[in-house]
Amino acid sequence: MDRLLNVMTILSIALMAAVLFSVRRSHIRVEYSVSWLGAGLILLLLSRSPAALYWIAEKLGLADPPLALLILVFCVFLVVIYRLSVVISDLKDANIAMAQRLAILEFELQSLNEKR
Amino acid sequence: MRKAGQPNQLMILIPAFNEEGAIADVIREVNQVMPRVPVLVVDDASRDDTVGRAKSAGGDVLRLPHHLGLGGCVQAGYKLAYELGYDYVIRVDGDGQHDPKYIPALLDVLRRTGCHMVIGSRFVQKNGTHTSAVRAIGIWVFRLVLRPILGKPVRDPTSGFVGVNKETLQVFTGSFPLEYPEIEALVVLQRKRFRFEEVPVQMRKRKAGRSTITAIKSLYYIIHVLLGVFVNILKFEGRRRKK
Repeated sequence: MDRLLNVMTILSIALMAAVLFSVRRSHIRVEYSVSWLGAGLILLLLSRSPAALYWIAEKLGLADPPLALLILVFCVFLVVIYRLSVVISDLKDANIAMAQRLAILEFELQSLNEKR
Repeated sequence: MRKAGQPNQLMILIPAFNEEGAIADVIREVNQVMPRVPVLVVDDASRDDTVGRAKSAGGDVLRLPHHLGLGGCVQAGYKLAYELGYDYVIRVDGDGQHDPKYIPALLDVLRRTGCHMVIGSRFVQKNGTHTSAVRAIGIWVFRLVLRPILGKPVRDPTSGFVGVNKETLQVFTGSFPLEYPEIEALVVLQRKRFRFEEVPVQMRKRKAGRSTITAIKSLYYIIHVLLGVFVNILKFEGRRRKK
């Protein structure tokens, strides 16, 4: 259990460091880093407070606290991935609408030039 | 391309992606059947000479800056047609499978019946049209699923040989399925309580190029379309109002 929690602590710190590094190098925009930093922070707090983990495992009816940790990790990342799917869908819709608008404007500009 | 100056004007819309082998013949055939009717080719960022061949055959070309897929490509054409004030748009595929000689029949039904969409159907009459086994199974499944949703049978829900009127154009400029649009478009129209009719046509073999729906993609196609139909049912405005 302790070893698992230590590994989780290291992974969560590594995750947050990687995200901050990516934000600094403009690979991830600040608004999209919030989900990952939040996820990393939740994992860090859980890995450093076994009492909270035991409490959650008890509430979930799980005899094994590490299993509760894994379930929580899964849920946290599920939320992050869901949020990113929403963002990607919005961006795709906007991208398609913009590409269509650009094509139509280009078409109209060309028609005007041909008339001159 | 000119704005529609008179009422009841028709535009022919040809979505095309890498169709350099067939596009010029399709445009010429359309011009023979429907002289003086504007032909708009929407080029979905082809990597071949589709644009050049289309222009040399007398078509107007709307060039998309990058590949959007069939739905995005067709919707771009609908948007332009709507903005230019056209009342009817008939879509003909750029691979030569749709015989332009049926365009007058589709247009006649659109004008005479006042329906919102007309589908060129291979299966209204048994006319010897052949389709692959996988596609035939898909069509059978879609017919079964669509029958209760649409409230009437549709014999050829996957046909892309369709004509629409101005009201439908307006709807499609705002909401049009992006992948495999034909079947979901029917459900979009049903949400608005629009009517459709089917006209018997005979499809030809494509003159060149490859179908976007390969055997491997067929299963994905069926699942994707069924999911799209389900999502569109959830969007029914009648249901939203009841809440």
